[in-house]
Amino acid sequence: MSSTVTPDVGAVDLSSEFDQPSGIVAKIQAILHRYPYLSPLTVLILAMIVFTMLNERFILATNLSLMTQQAVIVGTLAIAQTLIILTAGIDLSIGAVMVFGQMMMANMAAQGASNVANFGLPSALAIIIGIAIATLAGAFNGFLIVRLKLPPFIVTLGTLSVFTALTLIFFKARTIQGGELPDFMRFMGTTPFKIGSFQVMTGVLAMLGLYALFSYILRNTSWGTHIYAVGDDPEAAELSGINTDRVLFSVYTVSGLIMGIAAWITIGRVGSASPNVAPDINLDTITAVVIGGTSLFGGRGTMIGTLLGAMIVVVVQNGLALAGYDQAPRVLAVGLLVIAAVSLDQWIRKVKA
Amino acid sequence: MSDTATAVDVKPIVKGRNLVKTFGHVVGLNHADLDLFPGEVLAVIGDNGAGKSTLIKCFSGAHVPEAGTMEVDGRPVHFRSTNDARAAGIETVFQTLAVSPALDIATNLFLGRELRKPGPLGQFFRMMDKKQMRTQAAQQLSDLGISTMQDITQAVETLSGGQRQAVAVARAAAFGSKVIILDEPTAALGVRESARVLQLIHDLREKGMPVILISHNMPQVFEIADRIHVQRLGRRAAVVTPQSHTANDAVAIMTGAVQVPEEEQQLGPVR
Repeated sequence: MSSTVTPDVGAVDLSSEFDQPSGIVAKIQAILHRYPYLSPLTVLILAMIVFTMLNERFILATNLSLMTQQAVIVGTLAIAQTLIILTAGIDLSIGAVMVFGQMMMANMAAQGASNVANFGLPSALAIIIGIAIATLAGAFNGFLIVRLKLPPFIVTLGTLSVFTALTLIFFKARTIQGGELPDFMRFMGTTPFKIGSFQVMTGVLAMLGLYALFSYILRNTSWGTHIYAVGDDPEAAELSGINTDRVLFSVYTVSGLIMGIAAWITIGRVGSASPNVAPDINLDTITAVVIGGTSLFGGRGTMIGTLLGAMIVVVVQNGLALAGYDQAPRVLAVGLLVIAAVSLDQWIRKVKA
Repeated sequence: MSDTATAVDVKPIVKGRNLVKTFGHVVGLNHADLDLFPGEVLAVIGDNGAGKSTLIKCFSGAHVPEAGTMEVDGRPVHFRSTNDARAAGIETVFQTLAVSPALDIATNLFLGRELRKPGPLGQFFRMMDKKQMRTQAAQQLSDLGISTMQDITQAVETLSGGQRQAVAVARAAAFGSKVIILDEPTAALGVRESARVLQLIHDLREKGMPVILISHNMPQVFEIADRIHVQRLGRRAAVVTPQSHTANDAVAIMTGAVQVPEEEQQLGPVR
């Protein structure tokens, strides 16, 4: 019977189809396709070399440690944004959720002349309540996206306003000053030790810990793999037996948790709790994720890339400032970086063997 | 009624009776039957809208029939998801392949059922056993004679159409499954790659794996199938064999120009 079904192409040599494309450009494309964080890493190193040549104070340990502190809020929130963008979603409410959680924990813990809330709860309890509220807010986003089948862009555009309004309704527009907050509320802003004159901030350590944790989760757990699969091709993921709704809901919920932790870090970094702490933070997180090589179309990207992306933004801003440029050219430079990063992503995605 | 021809004492491994599935006003399945016997390649053919894909999607868990019964190995089954069907031993290669382009070959083979490391690493840290998955994936591909696909960590999107198909077939064959369903496996492929996939189907049958093959390609169907299930207007019009009928006969049955009396059909197993 085998004679009837074996067409005479016999041993098809598939190995020939696996030859790498020739030429240095195609080779670079293939390498970047496999290791997408190499491009932000190159950009970061080049930028640091250029800015050091423009002003040698750039590379001083004090400036380097300042830059890690400048990156800590965006950097932490960008972890949440990365998880969401990997599922081919987007979260415009990240800043609003973080501020909501921040004002919640600050008001719960505030002692003294607060005219809004004056609970004076223990710091640890207040922080847990704030993180829980942020987690719930993330879960609410996830619920709307999964149950109502609405696009994440629309849902989070709506909840951006909802959570901003809730913050104002519950807590007014009042800033809780550092003096009203117990020390533990500002723990993330402490600098427990120095390496030379490089001051290590607790919040930066927490951020790096979260990056390590979520990098591990994305690379080594089923949940991480399913996040990529859902963002890559949701239909294929569903047919492969992945519960895509559950993956999406859990991603938005976990992202809310990260926003809650970021709220605590923000209080530490700023030293007080203000509703207007970071007006541009939503777009800043997206900028960091995109410059870090994560595709806005979902399914590809890395945590380490996002960390590099957040650092690039800070390095460019800080470096241009030290080189004597004012605000406008700095914003321009970041904008051009974003366009370059997305163009690069489009090019990398075209790789074929 | 249709069981009368099953004189030989071979029980179907997959059996469907009176399956009904509608999509609003559109009737996908109108009391459709299906029998698949051990070790055979059953081709399912039919015109567009005859309910071929709807029929097999009931067995792969992607559709839930509104009425009718399904049995696997003589036991009644009610699939609510592709996972249910897989648990019962039915693996499907969908027309869209259902592979994740950005993920590598090994990850795709184990997508949705990843292996975890033994001990606390797997239990508490939920760590996947990537090494084991890669080893098994490479083994699976070489078992299917696709060992030239050497780099198991290559992203699927860097593969050609035929290679992707091979990955999807390997995934279906990988998990000790009882039945493999292939939906239009060669529709998007070139001549050489189609030949490769046909060879895969042939190899599966040699191993005794029963296969349901949905295809539009008549020469292919007549080349490889043991029995040919002709679907028409949401139900089984006839079951014939390449020996008893020609491709033209089959087309005539598909379009309703010819009806085949039951005694001329091959409702029972051929071997």
